[in-house]
Order: sequence, then C-alpha cells, then structure tokens
Amino acid sequence: MVLAGPPEDQGGVDALSLVAGGTDIFRRSRGVLGLVGLPIALAAAVAVLFLWVGNKQLDSIEQRRVNPEFITNALAEHMALAFTSTILVILIAVPLGIILTRPGARAVMPPVITLANMGQAVPSIGVLVLLALVWDIGFWPAIVALVAYAILPVLRNTMVGLQQVDASVIEAGRGMGMTKGAVLREIELPLAVPVILAGVRTALVINVGTATLATFVNAGGLGDIINGGLVANKQTVIVVGSVLTAAVAMFIDHLGGIAESRLSPKGL
Amino acid sequence: MTTAPAAAPTDPMIRLERLTKTFPGQARPAVEALDMDIAAGEIVVLVGPSGCGKTTTMRLINRLIEPTSGRIFLEGDEVTKVNPDQLRRRIGYVIQQVGLFPHQTIADNIATVPRMLGWDEQRIRARVDELLALVGLEPATYRGRYPKHLSGGQRQRAGVARALSADPPVMLMDEPFGAIDPITRDRLQNEFLRLQETIRKTIIFVTHDIDEAIKMGDRLAILREGSKIAQYDTPERILSAPADDFVADFIGAGASLKRLNLSRVRDVELSDWPVASVDSSRAEVLAALRASDKGAVLLLDAERRPARWVSGRELQREDGPLSEMGLPPEALVQPNATLSDALNEMLKSRYGCATVIDGAGVYQGNLDFATVSAAIQEMRRDARDRSRAEADEVHAAGEAGA
Repeated sequence: MVLAGPPEDQGGVDALSLVAGGTDIFRRSRGVLGLVGLPIALAAAVAVLFLWVGNKQLDSIEQRRVNPEFITNALAEHMALAFTSTILVILIAVPLGIILTRPGARAVMPPVITLANMGQAVPSIGVLVLLALVWDIGFWPAIVALVAYAILPVLRNTMVGLQQVDASVIEAGRGMGMTKGAVLREIELPLAVPVILAGVRTALVINVGTATLATFVNAGGLGDIINGGLVANKQTVIVVGSVLTAAVAMFIDHLGGIAESRLSPKGL
Repeated sequence: MTTAPAAAPTDPMIRLERLTKTFPGQARPAVEALDMDIAAGEIVVLVGPSGCGKTTTMRLINRLIEPTSGRIFLEGDEVTKVNPDQLRRRIGYVIQQVGLFPHQTIADNIATVPRMLGWDEQRIRARVDELLALVGLEPATYRGRYPKHLSGGQRQRAGVARALSADPPVMLMDEPFGAIDPITRDRLQNEFLRLQETIRKTIIFVTHDIDEAIKMGDRLAILREGSKIAQYDTPERILSAPADDFVADFIGAGASLKRLNLSRVRDVELSDWPVASVDSSRAEVLAALRASDKGAVLLLDAERRPARWVSGRELQREDGPLSEMGLPPEALVQPNATLSDALNEMLKSRYGCATVIDGAGVYQGNLDFATVSAAIQEMRRDARDRSRAEADEVHAAGEAGA
C-alpha cells in the first residue's frame, strides 16, 4: 500500500521526523473494515459500559453524574471546547506557518517556533490555573489554554508541509509565469494539505484529551464526570467518564483520518 | 542549418546587452557584461564547466533572476522592466527535474499557461491533445494520468508539451535530458531535434555535456567563468578552429571524432568498390575484382541488395555457388546515419568499409576509412578558411574605418 509521504524530495527537512500524524497507519487499512471496524468496536465498548452501569444500584451521588442528561450536556460542552479551540488553532497556525515559510521571514522563524514550543512544554493545567488567577474562569480561558497547547503541531506541520514541496515544482510554476500567490494557492498549499491535515488531526485529538482539564476552571466537559467521581471517590463515575473520553478521542481521531484521506489531493 | 528565420537577420529573437548579475555578498559577478544575439529558429547551446554561470544566464532571460544591470530584448522589444510573470508566459521553460505538478493530471499540467492566458476550455482541450500527440504520448491514454504514473522519459516529454502549450516563440531548456538514462536520452534528443524541424522555436539550451551540445546546437556558446563567451559559433567551426586553449581544453581530446557526429553519410562521396551480380559467373566476378585495387567483391542480388562479400582468395580456392561463398553483408548503414555511426560499423567489419543502402535495402555504395578521414580534413580546412576570411573582413573593415 502506498505510504502517505511527501511527494519527492525529503532532503533538507530535518523537522520531518518530528511531524505529527497517523496518516500512514490509516492509509494502510483503508478497506471497509478499516472504515467501520473502529466505530463498531467503540460502540460495543460503550454499550458494554452502559449495560454494566445499568445493572448497578447507583447511589444519589453517582446518579447526579451518571444520568443521560448530565452526560449529554458534558459531551456537548466537551465537543464545543475541543472544536472551538481546534478551529482557532487552524486560523492562527496555518496562516502563521505560511508567513514563516516565505523567504522574508527567516529572521522571525526561530522566536516564533520557540514560543510555540513553550506553549506545548508548559503543562495545560498550569496555564489554566494561571489564567484563572489573572483573568477569569469559564469557557474562554479554557479555550486559550487549549489553543496554546495545540498550536505547535499545526504550525510545525504547516511549515514542514510547505517546505517539503519539491523546489523544482515551484520553479516550474514560476518559470511558466505563475505569480507567487498562484504558486502558493495552486501548488504549495495543495501539496502541503496531507501534512497540514495530519497536524490538524493531532491538534484535535490533543484538544479532546486536554479538554478534560477544563473542569478545573468551571468550563464543563467530560472532565466534570471524571473529577466528580474522583472527589467523591466513586469508581463507577470515574470509569464512565474515562471510558467515554477515551472513546470520543478515538472516534474523533478516526474521523480525522477519513477527512485526511478524502481531502488530500489525488496523484500524490 | 537554419532556414527562413522569422525575423530579419538584423533583428535577433533575443538580444542581451551588457547583461550583468552580481549576487549579494559576492565580489565577482556571476554573469559579467554579456552581449549576445540569438537568431530566430536556432538552438543555441550555452555550454561550459560547472559554475560558469550558464544556468544563471538562462534564468536572467526569463528574469527568474533579475539582472543587476544590462538589457534584454525579446523580438525587438526591451523586456528588462516589463512584468516578469507576463514575460514568462511568452517563454517556454523546461528544467532537468521537469517539475510537473504531482497533484494535477498531465492534461491540467499542460493547460497551465493557456488557463492563465484565459483560453476557453474547448481550445485548451484541443491544444492539450495536439501537444500530447506531438511529443509522442497517446492523448487518450495519458491526458488523465498523474505524473507519478509516468516514466522519467514520459515526464520529460510531458514537460516539453507543457512548455510548448501557448506556442511561445522562445524556449529555455536547462539540462532537459540530464537526469535520464543514456539510451532514453539519446532517443529523446533525436525526437526533440525532429520536433524542432517542425516547430522552429528559438531555443536556449543549457548543458555541461559538450557532446550533447554538439548534437543539439545550431550554435554553441562556450562560456568561461563569469559567463564570458569564449567562443560563439557553429559546432563545426568550434571543433575545427577552437578560439583559444580554454575552448580546445573544453572540447577535450577527440575533437575530430566529435566532428563525425555532425556530418551524415549522405554528405560524403562514396568510394568505388567492385560489385557483381550474385548470378554472374566466377570469371566475371574475378574480372571485376582485378579491375579494382580492392581485395573483395560485393555481390548483389536481383534487386541490387547486398548479398555476399567474397574475397579473391575465396573465389580461387572454394567451390560451390557464389551465393554461399564468403560472408553475408555486414556494416550496413543508411544515408542519414552519422559518420560516427558509420565509422563504428566500419571498425567491426572485415573489409574495413561500411555498405550504404537506402530504405529499401538497395545498394548505394561503400564508405571506407579514407573517405571518412578525407571528410574530417575537409571540414577542418573549411572552418579554418572561413574564420580566416572573417578575420580578414574585420581587418579590412577596420582599415576602411581608419
């Protein structure tokens, strides 16, 4: 099976080994089983969880967290956190990556990369608490922490995706009289799409996982269930929250994989 | 060589005037005060050692590199200051790595410039098919394919088709056959020369390979460091009368052998060898042999096609019919073969000569070492005479002016 790699020349891109993404694994199992196998397994796991919980006698503390309304609400909050932050990450990191790979931007590249690295190096929980202290609690501080944490994979993949475009392809385009903008739009970006999408997918999965911490600044999400269980020392609640979070993260990753292969240009 | 140039001889397709490029941070210019005229319909090969600035020179012409000073004229118009993107749409561009867009089909690749020029889709489709056929790629098979499905040679053909798409008067080709295996390269070179006979573009061709330069060029510009022209002339004259030691060194040993690539069998006079019909009597064949100074007779069949080679000794010693005597014909060449090909065949043959036949296999004559050697001498003498005559003219003009 064809591996999703950069089309031609990989030389000179030392950051390539650091590129985030699970494209290869996904493409290798593109059959029908690859498409529906994981969702079926996840659905089965969630079904088992609900059967197990349904057969248990829940006390009032447990019932407050483990009920359809609370779970649906937490799930909706969780998705809002993860998707809003990922969209913001794309809106910031992709244009930034484009600007940083233009010839004039060599000087500003290192400090920006350092900043993005710091965003990922500093623990999200620390950022959340700091933001709560100096700013506020709730949805938007949580979003800021998530964006800071997930910007690096998208930024780095955008830059690497653009840098790995074969120089001769760009030269041919310029040599035929395409403007710089046309080369970017019609050649560089389409050829970078697979790598950029891999970064976006990674950011989305990171955000689905990290959004569980939003509970500490009162921004809701599935973390409410897990944390509630921990505080009250209720194992059933912890298991429900954890399994749901894991299942959601894996399902989102799976959808990301499908989107990646559908949105990548043909011919690569 | 060049027939019917599109522009008047006084008005070259491309004129470079004092063209100079100094890269930032470098003391010496990569291209220094280059003056050059390129006539319409010619292939001009820029050839020189690595780092002499030949690729830089080529890229200055379509302004992928902006000149530091000097002027560029295309079809008589100065283009040094015009919009470079508009300019490049008038100039075909082929590079060694081809640079096909991997995410576009071959048809879309070829349609790049016509789309920028705003052609309607129907005209583009017709043009794409026409070009694919022209470069030897079956349109129905290849137009919908992606570059990764093509071999190196096919990609290079698609690259040439893409460069020709908007029918530009000028093409720039930077080592277009450099990354292709020798056998395919040879075929692509021949195909391209044949194509050029119909399209008659003005072509600037960059290579570091002197043999390729001699084969492809109507005119060669041998460049030394700083893109200074060491000699700008036809391959014949560069080979026969190198301007200085640099040119002679760059041509290297075997200039005479290289020159053999320039002339064809049909250009030289064939020598007289005894021939006889394969049906004639032994005595007749012997008589034919004795009437010449050669050691063997070529027997021809009823259609005058070479049948057997027989030597005098074989005629005297062996019995049996003439048609089974001696050796089968060998070293057969056609009139459009180069003298180099013919010499190669000759070296392998028993009697040291190549037999020339036409397309139907009919005997035309024989070509021997003496003829090839004489041809080389003559080429060398012609070239020297011409250079000397020109030098005299310049001298005379100088005196007249004074």
